[in-house]
Amino acid sequence: MTGLSMLDRKLVRDLARLWAQSLAVALVMACGVMTLILALGATRALEDTRAAFYDRTRFGQIFASATRAPESLKADIAAIDGVSAVATRVVNPVIIDITGMAEPATGMLISIPDQGEPAVNRLYLRSGRLPEPGRPDEATIIEAFAEAHGFRPGDTFDVLINGRKRHLSITGITLSPEYVYAIGPGDFVPDQKRFGVIHMHRSVLEGAYDMEGAFNDVSLTLSRNANTKEVIAQLDAILKPHGGAGAYDRTDHMSDAFLDSELTQLRAMAQVIPPIFLFISAFLVNMILTRLIALEREQIGLLKAVGYTNAAIAWHYAKLTLAISLVGVAIGAIAGTRLGHGMASLYGEFYSFPFLVFSQEPDLYVISMLVTFAAALAGATNAILGAVRLPPAVAMRPPAPTGYHSIFGGSSSGFRLPFSQLTIMALRHLVRWPVRTALTTLGTALPVALLITSLFAFDSIDHMIDTIWFRADRQDATLTFTAQRPEDAVRDVARLPGVLAAEPFRAEAATLRNGHRSRNIQIFASDPETDIGRVLDQDFGAIKLPPAGLLLSERLASHLDLKPGDQVDVELSDGQGRRVLVPLVGVTNSYVGLTANMSREALDRLSGQGVRISGARVIVDESRIRDLYEEVKRTPAIASVALQGVSRKRFQAVFEENIGISITIYVSLAVIITFGVIYNSARIQLSERARELASLRVFGFTNGEVSSVLLTELGVMVVLAQPLGWLIGRGFSELVAKGFENDLFRIPLIINPPTYAVSSLVVLGAALVSALIVRRRIDRLDLIRVLKTRD
Amino acid sequence: MAFNPGTASVRRMKPEADAPSQPVFAVSGLTKIYRTGDVEVRALNGVDLTLEAGEMAVLLGPSGSGKSTLLNIVGGLDRPTSGSVKFKGEELAGANDRQLTAYRRDHVGFVFQFYNLIPSLTAWENVALIAEIASDPMSPGDALALVGLESRMSHFPAQLSGGEQQRVAIARAIAKRPDVLLCDEPTGALDSATGIIVLEALARVNEETGATTAIITHNAGIRKIAHRVFTFLDGRIASSEINPIRVKPSEVSW
Repeated sequence: MTGLSMLDRKLVRDLARLWAQSLAVALVMACGVMTLILALGATRALEDTRAAFYDRTRFGQIFASATRAPESLKADIAAIDGVSAVATRVVNPVIIDITGMAEPATGMLISIPDQGEPAVNRLYLRSGRLPEPGRPDEATIIEAFAEAHGFRPGDTFDVLINGRKRHLSITGITLSPEYVYAIGPGDFVPDQKRFGVIHMHRSVLEGAYDMEGAFNDVSLTLSRNANTKEVIAQLDAILKPHGGAGAYDRTDHMSDAFLDSELTQLRAMAQVIPPIFLFISAFLVNMILTRLIALEREQIGLLKAVGYTNAAIAWHYAKLTLAISLVGVAIGAIAGTRLGHGMASLYGEFYSFPFLVFSQEPDLYVISMLVTFAAALAGATNAILGAVRLPPAVAMRPPAPTGYHSIFGGSSSGFRLPFSQLTIMALRHLVRWPVRTALTTLGTALPVALLITSLFAFDSIDHMIDTIWFRADRQDATLTFTAQRPEDAVRDVARLPGVLAAEPFRAEAATLRNGHRSRNIQIFASDPETDIGRVLDQDFGAIKLPPAGLLLSERLASHLDLKPGDQVDVELSDGQGRRVLVPLVGVTNSYVGLTANMSREALDRLSGQGVRISGARVIVDESRIRDLYEEVKRTPAIASVALQGVSRKRFQAVFEENIGISITIYVSLAVIITFGVIYNSARIQLSERARELASLRVFGFTNGEVSSVLLTELGVMVVLAQPLGWLIGRGFSELVAKGFENDLFRIPLIINPPTYAVSSLVVLGAALVSALIVRRRIDRLDLIRVLKTRD
Repeated sequence: MAFNPGTASVRRMKPEADAPSQPVFAVSGLTKIYRTGDVEVRALNGVDLTLEAGEMAVLLGPSGSGKSTLLNIVGGLDRPTSGSVKFKGEELAGANDRQLTAYRRDHVGFVFQFYNLIPSLTAWENVALIAEIASDPMSPGDALALVGLESRMSHFPAQLSGGEQQRVAIARAIAKRPDVLLCDEPTGALDSATGIIVLEALARVNEETGATTAIITHNAGIRKIAHRVFTFLDGRIASSEINPIRVKPSEVSW
């Protein structure tokens, strides 16, 4: 320690002496730093990577589809004010037959120009090459699908294109900005094995789908100051006669919306979790420093008496605070960086970017350090000011004895609560320092809240699974025809092997309007008595579809500002341009997307084109499902198949895997906070009351009885913290659920009693262990020394 | 009052008479060595003494002469390095922590220089604290009345003077009806007038409860209130004398 000033030597020794308490605080700070670095770093990684990738591949800003639009419209679209590039394409769903995989995979078959790169939505070539002109059997596939099946350039696979099986040869492996988050029909999470995106030459697809000189999909990029709404309106007007289903911007683009939702979560995490830790560490610093300064009162008086300035003394304690913070920042930075890399690789599984690097820019660490220092110093300020204000002559005298009030127990003659004097000691001490008691209670409530906020996902997802797959979409598979068919097509479906029941549905793209509000959606129509694909009311009961009128999901109704009884302006995207007022007859419960439902009868009438169906929902005999798969792969009329059972299992698996990781993290965080709060609280109580407790031992109280004073005091705070934690946890969960909510999905706020119980048990357990560690010190109290010293 | 003064007077000590019963304390060859690093301090160096039932003894001597160490050992707060301490025939020297705790709880009342009251409990509650764990306690009110504090029962320590605090400590020590009352510098932090009030309380307690009382003091004037005086020097008892005439505390010249 040579070279250190005497005060600094004191600092080093103080730190060494207070190592356990300092470390407990530093760990809480480390959690704050870690979550901050993790959340900010991951946000930046995703944002930067997304921006760079979109820029490089010229990801579209406006997207639209039509049934069949002449290529000549491309010039009209390009002429819309604000449009900088236009790419027209032929896009169709396909069924992919992979050798060795029983269930049919589905995919999107997307055209690329025969010559040159597309103006919008370019491909990022990972390996191989693009198809060569004049080779109709050549295609590229996206990387996730290729990896899931071990495909490399040169490998081949079969697809069902417009009813004809084609043998395709893979020339290249690609990434697409449209499928960063690639999700198949009916799926909730990416299933790389079952969903592929295939790119082939335009001329090939035009031929296969009878689309010569036409397109059914268009993407635009805009110039800097373009008016997105105006462009959408004009594009809709151009495409309307050709079955335009309504243009939309990136907000409604599935892949980008999922990325956005991830970013929203990360930003919420950065805003909510680190402040919790910083608040608690500020409180802990305050508690420790206040006690240290009280213990060093006479030393401070002496230092002042011999001429140390107030500034020197303040700086001394500030340095102690900063030293503890520095340890916290260091641990947090290392943990945050490691976890960040883990998170980036986790993202790599779900998001198909050419690269995804966890941001380790120095400013992230500087920000974390400054924020932590600021929080710690804010916590220290009050205690340091106390030291500064202490006049030296007063400081060298012992402090005045602590006064108490006769709460609990009352006067010697009056009403008495049935508490032992030991209990009264504990309770009076709690009431004597109300702010500290309240903050300790809050500090213990926050880890409970944090756990509830992470664990409630289990309850909510369980509920979602139950609602979506067991109450609403109860089919094992949904078969969608290549084109709408007469009603009796459902009989063909029912005759497919393994099909136990089949229910027809009709889907029509439509624009719903109410005044200036409008929304492009799909209207799904089923039979009124439908038992497979059901529509649920707000109490999760099945709704019998009325013969007329429209049912909208709650979110869609609120988007359009409609309530039951209102008239909805409905325009089907069939190019007819007919607008019909349809009554809104009910609001439905849906966790997925914006949904609109009608009875088939009502939709048939609305379309004016007779009875048509788009596909069927089927219940399948599990033992014959492979036969069905084989048949589906061979049936030309089936364009796409969604396997609800497989989707559900995949969703559960992915959820359980991810929630496992996040629960491990949150439980660790909760344990660290609880330990930091309870351990320090107990140590400080013990320090303040060592003399009292040792006196009790002298008078013949056992170690157990003496500990009970300490444990009662902690116990009261920990118990009070539980309901408070539940309340805060419910509030946080509500914020999280709200934060998740978008047009694609929402998470219901369901918190079951076991979630509250488990959260409390984790915190109670951690608190008990922390208290017992401190309790051991009671056994080591020096009974003789305390008798010889003044308080 | 809950206790019977008649019994107490029967238990009063008669030093001149032949002791028919065993002594309360029989200490022999008591040695206590403290080791701090390489330094060895012989706090007690072969002390022999007996204290009879109901006796009031004063232990005099300079700082470091061993009187507090002796008191701590007979009070069950510390263990000797060697030698024997018998309380009513039971050996304390080899007792474990649990046994010593039980011994203190059941038999010993302590009074210390700095009172050691619980600041969060009122005078009454400080006494009740001990009464709660005793098998046959006085009521806290009676114990406080014995030291003249019946009007200050619902005051917290911070609201009491030093002398009052020390009297609460005495009331607390006697509420369990201890066999022995061990007082380490009970007047050390008090002025003379207050000190006399505290000594009067101790004398009265000794008189009325018959508790064997040992008082450590620096103040040679206090010797006169005792039945017997032990003078300590360098870890040994240098002299022990019987007071032919005890004086009342109020007559002690401070």
